Amino acid sequence: VNTTSRTQVALNYALVILCCAIAVYPLVGIVLASLYPSGPANSPSGFELPPSFAWHNYVTAWQQGGFAESFSTSIIVAVVMVPASVLLSILGGYAFATMRFRGSTVLFYLFILGLIIPTEATIVPLYYDVRALGLLDTYWALILLEVSGEVAFGIFWMRAAFRSAPTSLLEAARMDGASSWKTLWRIMVPFAKPAIFTLTVLTFADSWNEFFLALVFTVNRTTAPAGLASFSGRYTTNIALVSAAAVIVALPILIVFIFFQREFMRGMLTGAVKG
Amino acid sequence: MDTGPSVAAARGAVAVGGRRRPERLPGEARRIGYLYIAPAFLLYAAFNLVPLVQGVNVSLYDWDGITPGTFVGLSNYTEFFSDPAIRSGYVHVLELMVFYAFLPIVLGLLLAAVLSRIRIRGLTFFRLLLFLPLVITDVVTAVSWTWVYDPEGPLNTLLRAVGLGHLIPSQGWLGDFNTALPAVGVFGLWGGFGFALILFIAGVAKIPASLYEAARVDGANAVREFFAVTLPGLRYELQVVLVLSVIGTLDTFDEIFVLTNGGPGTATTVPAYLVWRRGFQSGEVGSAAALGLTLMLIIFAVTFTINRLMERGADT
Repeated sequence: VNTTSRTQVALNYALVILCCAIAVYPLVGIVLASLYPSGPANSPSGFELPPSFAWHNYVTAWQQGGFAESFSTSIIVAVVMVPASVLLSILGGYAFATMRFRGSTVLFYLFILGLIIPTEATIVPLYYDVRALGLLDTYWALILLEVSGEVAFGIFWMRAAFRSAPTSLLEAARMDGASSWKTLWRIMVPFAKPAIFTLTVLTFADSWNEFFLALVFTVNRTTAPAGLASFSGRYTTNIALVSAAAVIVALPILIVFIFFQREFMRGMLTGAVKG
Repeated sequence: MDTGPSVAAARGAVAVGGRRRPERLPGEARRIGYLYIAPAFLLYAAFNLVPLVQGVNVSLYDWDGITPGTFVGLSNYTEFFSDPAIRSGYVHVLELMVFYAFLPIVLGLLLAAVLSRIRIRGLTFFRLLLFLPLVITDVVTAVSWTWVYDPEGPLNTLLRAVGLGHLIPSQGWLGDFNTALPAVGVFGLWGGFGFALILFIAGVAKIPASLYEAARVDGANAVREFFAVTLPGLRYELQVVLVLSVIGTLDTFDEIFVLTNGGPGTATTVPAYLVWRRGFQSGEVGSAAALGLTLMLIIFAVTFTINRLMERGADT
């Protein structure tokens, strides 16, 4: 190994570490900031440890930010929304992947369109629709809208997963005279388990992170990110408390990410990496 | 504003257009397919397609959301050319694109090219860290950047420490008319850079080593090698990142809401923010509907154009 390549190796690692440090710093920084004694007089600079660890900030932020309410909304919505969305995606993806029927291509492209229709295009009439249904400020508004937004991706995802199944699997089922329903649950779903699992993780992350719909459709039944946004708006000068609240809201997703990094990576990069 | 991970993946997929995988034989002819699709389709249509049509209707009225509206024809759309707030919203979005799309791509390409020459150990771990800004919701990351930009926060502490304290604007980075938009931009650069880099590194790894060897045999230096081998090899990743980041900039909302609320004045107002503002705050509902639909058409047009240009580039 000559010296130039050694310098280059060192340089490469330095670059990678620098990039990672920049990516992580604001996130590690707010964890530090969240542990400073709270109050407008204290301004965490982010480059030193707090004088004493004010763990109590987390309790105060949790209570004053009303996170018990917004967390329970986020949890209730996710518990209903995630299975519903994954189930509808499995059913739809299965039909698009294995069946031929008039208009299937057009229908599929209609779903695909949903991937790039921005929420802004529909949000105004949606508000009046949801109001007419009497669903403003309810869990159902969030559940229905989130599912309807998520199935476009879900169907796209499950169709690709089912299409990657070897034809012999389907043919064997047909030879046995299995119904399409049986074939789906006995053969296709077990085959596509990893894809279904990835979809579940991503759908949960989307649901947990929901902000805009909560901002528009809910007042009291708001999601955790929307609760954080309003909390940070009210407590602008109390950095320690706002930081603690931000850490609280980020924590569930962070935990899911740490446990299911493979699913996250696969899900988020698939469209890109696999093609 | 849809910033969830699956949206990123999905839009990435749209950018690809599925053209890489040859179509398999169509499935079995079965009418029962409609039944399987019905539940998802009904829900999807009710809350996506129907409002789209309703939106067209609403956009033709001057309506405050309460009293009966007045039919105004297309004037909510011609506003696009006459209303300075809308024009500056799009100008802001174009400026943000430098930070959200252009810089992440340029920096990501450069770094991927440099890093490609040597195998990095522990890449999985580094990738995990680079992914964090993407995984954690915008509201949280924007809150943390509010603190980064705080008058006594890390950025100013750092600037004072290196003797550049005089650069700090008196109204703060997010409160100054000249620095607020670039400050939002830097947040976007931070959030988008990791994704671009990860994709490009993965892409470089797939370029056959023989291409690099051939280039070196031909006596290509690092720069030639980049333009002759690395860049063409990454065309496909480039397309994905470009589409994702450009659409992502066009419908930026969350960070604007948290970091600046469109201010100071209208210095960081963007189209998505105007939709929310007019639709739900200031009672200009017809205008908000028109703005939302216009934004959608622009997103369609931009996605289509990028894909066409990139695919044409591939043929030559």
